[in-house]
Amino acid sequence: MKYRPTVGEILQAKGVSRRGFLKYCATTASLLALPPSMIPRIANAIESARRPSVIWLSFQECTGCTESLTRSASPTVEGLIFDAISLDYHHTLQAASGDQAEAARHAAMEENDGSYLVLVDGSIPTGNPGYSTIAGISNVDMLMDTVKGAAAVVAIGSCAAFGGLPGADPNPTGAVSVQDLVTDKPVVNVPGCPPIPMVMTAVLAQFLTFGQIPDLDKHGRPLAFFGNTIHDRCYRRPFYEQGKFAETFDDEGAKAGWCLYKLGCKGPTTYNACATVKWNQGTSFPIESGHPCLGCSEPKFWDKGGFYQPLSTGHFGSGATVAGAAVAGVALGAVAAAAGRRRKAKYTKEA
Amino acid sequence: MSTANDIPIQGGAAHGNVRPILFEVLHALDKLLDDDIPTTIDLAGLPFGPGELEKLEAALGHGELVAQLNALGTSHIRETAYPGVWWVEHRNVNDEVTGRYIEITRFPEILSSQDADIGAARARLRETFE
Ligand code: SF4
Repeated sequence: MKYRPTVGEILQAKGVSRRGFLKYCATTASLLALPPSMIPRIANAIESARRPSVIWLSFQECTGCTESLTRSASPTVEGLIFDAISLDYHHTLQAASGDQAEAARHAAMEENDGSYLVLVDGSIPTGNPGYSTIAGISNVDMLMDTVKGAAAVVAIGSCAAFGGLPGADPNPTGAVSVQDLVTDKPVVNVPGCPPIPMVMTAVLAQFLTFGQIPDLDKHGRPLAFFGNTIHDRCYRRPFYEQGKFAETFDDEGAKAGWCLYKLGCKGPTTYNACATVKWNQGTSFPIESGHPCLGCSEPKFWDKGGFYQPLSTGHFGSGATVAGAAVAGVALGAVAAAAGRRRKAKYTKEA
Repeated sequence: MSTANDIPIQGGAAHGNVRPILFEVLHALDKLLDDDIPTTIDLAGLPFGPGELEKLEAALGHGELVAQLNALGTSHIRETAYPGVWWVEHRNVNDEVTGRYIEITRFPEILSSQDADIGAARARLRETFE
């Protein structure tokens, strides 16, 4: 077996000082939503962790997830987490192609049997196998062959996690998610269209640091990032509580930064970390830019009615309950928050 | 109006995060003085609205000491107007913020020379005599 250096050795070889390492550990603790008091434990674990092998498979997807991730993996502290994995196969990023690429995949699988991670973006067509093939291999066959010796599988993006856009009605290719096919391995879902890069990084960091996958909710999403709704953490929430809503994108309410519920915001029923982790190096998130949340990290979000229709139209889960309060324009938050808490408690119990 | 930054942000910062954090800092100062236990508050997980983080920073103000660490990008560590309360900001090599913390401690650990680096320094210095 090829020698796999520890993460400590990798950082040392890069000339990273101990102070730099502590900074790296602080970032990792933040990433994993762990309290800063955990930093010494993280430091110990990371230092001795061996570089895991990662095989990345891309199926029916738009490459947006890879874009999202690689945008975050410039030579930064978080980027070092990527340096600390061995990305042995990735269609878009690898230099090898054709038989050489497939040989690299098989070599990684053999060398790391039982311990490698498989990352998947894109849904898998189950209709005609010719809908999507790689090196003449159907997506289903490639997935099932590759996961055989995997320690865990991470479904990156809403397509891999839930079928996504290819799976939207009328689902012409018979697209399914990873968890529909892989039932004998742990599957972590990191949905989003695309997912927040930091959440993808965090799942890798967790595996790297503690050698295990994070606690998950009932949809297989890491609870640390999907334990609260956007609405739970939205800075516009006080306006929601006061019944102050923007009615159009250019009215006085919109200009004053009021709640976007009536413009179709799916924040109350959407579990994700956009409101705190934010996007574009922490600059903002859609609601901060004046656009309602689309609910892109929830299953079947494409098929849940118009993006600009309020939840009161009832397509999105608990819409009717939340909407009743919103339309009345009083004591709104209590209802959604209680529903959210109940849901969270249930997930925590199930996880 | 030429860039996104020129668009004025409206809606105020009435999100109520500043006061609870200042209370947390106050309790942490109790813990530091009475039980000698330091506290770190990770600001990453808090739902700040536009302008609110700046409000918090302004509320804590600037103190006597400022330090800059150059490791994996720049970090700024400075004591606030409240001795024992430190504002720590880590940036990566692209100057993007990767972590922001309030540390309630006598001296942030990251400022101390670390044994591993001291050991390497000793070896390097010794080599110059050989
Ligand atoms: S409905 Fe949307 S904009 Fe309004 S408070 Fe909830 S998440 Fe924020």
